[in-house]
Formats: sequence, structure tokens, C-alpha cells
Amino acid sequence: MDLRPDDDQRALKAGMRELLQARFPRERLREAADADRPGPAFDRALWRALGEAGLFSLRLPEKDGGAGLGLPEAVLVFEEAGRALLPGPLVATHLAAGHVPGAAEGAAVVTAVDRPGMVEHLDASDAVLLLNHPSVHVLSTAGGTGREKLPGRPVRSVDPTTPLYDVRQLPPAVTDHAMQVAAPGADRLRREAALLTAAQQLGSASRTLEMAVDHARTRIQFGRPIGTFQAVQHLCAQMLVRAEIARSSVHAASLTMTACDISAAKLLADDAAVRNARDCLQLHGGLGFSWDMDVHLHLKRSWLRLEQWQGAYEAEEVLAAALSNGPTEGVPDHRFREMDWTFNGVE
Amino acid sequence: MDLTYSPEEEDFRRCLRAWLRRTLPKLPPKPPPSDWPARRAYDCAWQRALYDAGYAGLHWPVDAGGQGATPTQHLIFLEETELAGAPYVGANFVGLLHAGPTIATEGTAGQRARWLPPILRGEEVWCQGFSEPEAGSDLASLRTRAVRDGDAYVVTGSKIWTSHAQVADWCELLVRTDPAAPRHRGLSWLALPMDAPGVTVRPLRTLAGSTEFAEVFLDDVRIPLAHRIGAENDGWRVTMVTLSFERGTAFAGEVVACCRTLARLAAVAKENGRWEDTALRRRLGRLNADFTALWRLVQANVSEAESSLRTGGDGVPGLGGSVFKLHYSQARQELYDTAADILGPHCLDADHEWTAERLSSLSYTIAAGTSQIQRNIIAERILGLPKGR
Ligand SMILES: Cc1cc2nc3c(=O)[nH]c(=O)nc-3n(C[C@H](O)[C@H](O)[C@H](O)COP(=O)(O)OP(=O)(O)OC[C@H]3O[C@@H](n4cnc5c(N)ncnc54)[C@H](O)[C@@H]3O)c2cc1C
Repeated sequence: MDLRPDDDQRALKAGMRELLQARFPRERLREAADADRPGPAFDRALWRALGEAGLFSLRLPEKDGGAGLGLPEAVLVFEEAGRALLPGPLVATHLAAGHVPGAAEGAAVVTAVDRPGMVEHLDASDAVLLLNHPSVHVLSTAGGTGREKLPGRPVRSVDPTTPLYDVRQLPPAVTDHAMQVAAPGADRLRREAALLTAAQQLGSASRTLEMAVDHARTRIQFGRPIGTFQAVQHLCAQMLVRAEIARSSVHAASLTMTACDISAAKLLADDAAVRNARDCLQLHGGLGFSWDMDVHLHLKRSWLRLEQWQGAYEAEEVLAAALSNGPTEGVPDHRFREMDWTFNGVE
Repeated sequence: MDLTYSPEEEDFRRCLRAWLRRTLPKLPPKPPPSDWPARRAYDCAWQRALYDAGYAGLHWPVDAGGQGATPTQHLIFLEETELAGAPYVGANFVGLLHAGPTIATEGTAGQRARWLPPILRGEEVWCQGFSEPEAGSDLASLRTRAVRDGDAYVVTGSKIWTSHAQVADWCELLVRTDPAAPRHRGLSWLALPMDAPGVTVRPLRTLAGSTEFAEVFLDDVRIPLAHRIGAENDGWRVTMVTLSFERGTAFAGEVVACCRTLARLAAVAKENGRWEDTALRRRLGRLNADFTALWRLVQANVSEAESSLRTGGDGVPGLGGSVFKLHYSQARQELYDTAADILGPHCLDADHEWTAERLSSLSYTIAAGTSQIQRNIIAERILGLPKGR
């Protein structure tokens, strides 16, 4: 048992950070955020670069052009994406690799939907993963925009770098233009999506903690760094607790993939991302409320990710239901459930 | 990242389970909580049983009489004993987790031979005399004085909140040996026999009504110089060795216990109808996430300790313990507040198990470093923020 990333995994994570620093530096994030209408300007060159770097094909077998890696590695890479606020339907395209032509290489942009609600990057997408049925369907948007195939009203997205479309109705299970995809089923993909979304939240939470600590060290008020004030220190300490609690549950969930671990990971990572962004904003004072700082971009993206795949309400209900499946069901490790004996030696 | 246990670890788990299965049914009934001598006897009998089976001092080094088990094996031990409903370490807590490891690390061969075997065999109970009326979080400000007189120190002062003092044979005592030195440099660590002339123990009642801690008065108590562990005036460093044992895997068994309590809470809520309340269900769901995560954090801390040992470090869980303790103490309080919500008016029955636990949970954010102190530690030592004032 060793919950820490090994050397290869750390190297992979570091490689992703370098790649993003080169291909998606802060200026690019700001360009995207500061553009008046972000929708049409989907950056396909960046998407291809991400594909070439293996972000989408990471878990495909090597014979299919992938890296043959697993969810723990995917989680580490998506943490970096979350840290950099990399835009685009990253999770959906990653899940589509191997199912939708071009997804693995970053030639195709794939978004996903699992229920009526907000769909990201619909107009820019070449295909939509439909995960609202037990089996997975793909809606190809070839010969038209995503919005023509899946009617959705564009909304002014709270996250300036993620265009959103309000989709009220999903197609029935099998339609003419729907194509059923072989296993795994939608339930498995939804779990993977929740996990990888949680990983991005974790990356964002770690980043806002860093930003807060940097600012606390350097901003001088009353003749000393504000980081010497205990109220500020304790805010930062709680941010670290949230991030570390989220980290161990996200990493463990990538290994077990149980419904309970996934929901805990999503819930706690959402919490860490949203609340760390809030505290980071507070620690920046007036700067925190200004458009030119990145804090609000983290907060807004975290609100978006919170709504995706499994919101707090759903995660808490899943976790509550898991408690009532028997006296030992509530214990975290699935191994406990394999216990062949239960008795209380001391009456 | 890997959550599987090695074949040797699985073997260890299997043997332990088999032993627990044979042993636990033969244990005498648990004594009433207020009968301290009986509790001491019960805890010591359990320690003796562990000793005879080769499980005593699992995480202690072999040359100190321990089993030299890895942190992972220690974790398995805590997990399995809790799942089997085995007794807790109880009165032997300080001996096994504080005083013993300190003597093992800092003591001379003679001191180790004198004090370690009786701890492992469950024959001598230790308590911890650190806190004083005027020195709690600011432990280094302690005033209990030790003055050399021939081959002994003469000690005067008082200690407070000393857990298990009434039933202890020995006390790990932190005293001031050089009042002129800077605060941290004038302290020494002494082994005090609790039956020495001049020692008075006055039990203190906790808010739960129990007398698990006491005030200890020291009036011209003579403690032989040979009872000092480590160099004179080096007591602060010696003590820090002990304190780092206090955070880390210490609560691993309790996390498992909390998970089981949570499942029982759900069962009771289903019976009495509270389960229909969405707000309550969501609260239970969130607690499940918190305790799931705490268990994962324990595993992460153990991984850290394990790798520190492999690379020649001291295997001390490190500062991750502060993160764990902060979150755990708060989650435990929330657990029993939620229990009260489920019990409704029955939570007012002080004899209800969950009410007793609710009361005792209030100490978790205070004992062993308050939550505020843990946040200070995280801010300054992990995040590297400039020292506050
Ligand atoms: C159940 C129980 C068992 C115990 N057992 C033992 C034992 O066996 N042996 C032993 O030696 N001690 C024991 N203690 C004592 C325990 O270690 C102390 O209570 C603890 O360290 C806090 O010290 P204090 O009570 O003096 O509180 P104080 O230090 O006076 O703190 C009071 C309040 O001020 C806050 N505060 C203090 N300093 C700071 C700061 N720098 N920044 C921010 N806030 C601050 C604290 O967080 C707290 O809220 C026990 C305590 C309990 C509750």
C-alpha cells in the first residue's frame, strides 16, 4: 500500500505542467477570458496539441495508439488541467477516445451530456456523448453544428471561458443519428467523468491555495506581511486541510472506483475548489474582486465543475444510501465488506 | 499509487484475525467506566495478552523489545482490532505511545532495560505530566522547578489535566532545570514514580462527569538524577520526539469505529423515521465522505511514514498529522451532533452511549494541541507563512 504517486507518475504530472506552461500560458487564459464572445473562438490547434501530448489517448492500449495508463495517471494529468484552468470539454473528449473517431488525437472535439441541463462547448463539438441511458450513445454533429443536432439555447456563461447551452430535452435511447458504443456502460463513464472532474477541482484548489499563500507572504499592511496575521494564517491552514482531504480521497477513488469513494472524492474536491477560491478571493482584498485577477476564473470554473456529473445533493444521497446497506457497509475500504466474520468480543 | 497490501501484510492480517477470534471470547467483562482500578487491571490484562502473543510494542524497534513492525502493519493491527471489537490501549496509552518510545529513542541501555519491559508486559502504567495551570498551549512556559541536590532533583510545582494519574505508576515529567536559560533550553525530562513522597493526586471531574484526569501536586519530591532521560536542559527536544508520536496513526482505529457508528446512525434514523428528512440524510452522506477521506488520509500518512523509513528517516508521520487531527476532531464532533439530531429528545439522556460520546468528543479539539495551535503549525511549518505574533 502506498497512496503517494510513484516516480513515473510524478514525472508524468510534471510533464503535463510543462506542456501547459508552454501551450497554455497565463496570457492565453487571459485572452480567452477577456474576449467578449468566447464561443466561436474554440482553439483547435491547442486541442490537437493536447491530443498529440496524449491527454485524450492516455488510457487507450498502446496498440491503439494510447499510452496504456490508468485512472490514477489520468487523475494526475487532469489535476494539472484544473490548475491551469485549461478550457474545453476535456473529460468528454478523454472518455470518447477510442469510441469517437479523432477524439484520441484531438482532431475531434467531443462534449457530453447525462441529463437535461447545461452542455459545454456544444457549438464547437463534432460529437456529443449521450450518457443518459444505461448504454453509451454518440450523437455525431457532422454536417451541422452541435446545436442543430441537439437543440440548446446559448446562455451567457458565468465562466467566461466555457460557453454553455441550455439543453432541455435529450434524444431517446436510439435514434437514427445515434450510435451505440460498446462497453463500458454509461454508469462506468459517469463515474470516470465525476472522478476526472474532481481531479480538476483538486488542481484548482491547490492553485488557489498557492496564490493565497504567495499573496499573504508579500502583501504588506500595518507594516508587515498580512501572512503574519493569525486570521489570515488560519484561513490558509483550512485551505490546506481541504486540499489534502480532497487529494487523498481523489487518489484513492482512482484506485477503487467504488460509488462511495467516487462520490466522496467529487463532494470533497468540489468543496475544496469552491471554498479555497472563495478564501483566496477574500485574502486578495479589492484585488480579489477585480476582473484582472485569476481568482474569479477559478471560482467560476469551480462552480461549473460542481454542477457537472454529480452535484453535492446527488453525492450526499449516494453516500447516505451507502450507509444503510448493512452494518459494515459504511467502513471506507471495500475490503471490510469481505469480512467473513463479525462479532463483538467484548459484550 | 497503490492500495493493495503485500502477501506478507495479508499474512499478518490473517494471523491477527485468527488470534483475535480465539482470544476475544475469553476476555473478562468490561469494568464499569467509573471503576478506575478495575479499568487499569482490564487494560493491563489485555496488554499482557498482546505481549504473550507477540503483538506488544508492535511499532517499537526490536532492540527496545518491540516487534519492529512497519507502519502499514501497525495500521492493519489498529484496523483489525477495532473491527473485532478488541479493547483499546486505554491506560497504557502514554506508556506505549509517548513515554516508552521516548525512552526507547533517548534513554541509556540501563534506562531502557528498567522501564521498557514492564510497559510492554502491561505491568507499569505511565501518565504524562506536561501541562500546568499556567502552561498549556505554551508548554515551554512551564514553571515546575527541579533543583539538583546530591544525586537527586528536588521538584516543586504542579501539573494539570494529567490523564490516568490516579492509576499510574510513573509519570513522564517535564520540568525546568535552568530558569536563566531561554525558555526551550532550560527544560528536562524526568521519570517520576507516582508513589514518591510529596506527590499528591487530586482527581478532576470532566464535563462528562468522569474523573479521567487529575491535578498532580509536587512538593519537594526527590527524583534520582538517574531518572532523567536525555541530557539536562535538553528536555524540549526529548519531548518533541514523544509528541510526534501523538499525531498520525494514533486515531486510525477510531476512524474505523466512527465509520461503524455512522452506519448505526443510519440504521437508527431509518427505524425512527428521521431518515425521511433530506437535510439529515445529506448530513449523514457528508459525514460518510469525511470519514472515508480521513481513512484515506491515514493511509496517505502511513505511506509517508513508510517511505521515510525506507529512505533512512525516522518514520515519524510528519506534519500530515496536524492536517488529520484538525479535520478528524471536527468530524467526530459533527458525528455525535448528528447522532443527537437523530435521537431527538433522547439525546438528553446522559446514559445514552452517543450522548456520552458527544460529551467526550468535545475534548478532541483541545487535547494534544488545540485546533488553533494545529492551524498555527500548518500555517508556519507547512505553508511557510511568516511567524505571527
Ligand atoms: C481530555 C484531556 C486530556 C488531557 N490529558 C493531558 C495529559 O495527560 N497530560 C498533559 O500534560 N496534558 C493533558 N491535557 C492538556 C492539554 O494538552 C491542554 O489542555 C492543551 O494543550 C491546551 O492547553 P490549555 O488547556 O492550557 O489551554 P490554553 O493554552 O490556555 O488555550 C485556551 C484557548 O486559547 C487558544 N490559544 C492558545 N494559544 C494560542 C495561540 N498561540 N494562537 C491561537 N490560539 C491560541 C487555544 O486554542 C484555546 O482555544 C489534556 C486535556 C484534555 C482536554
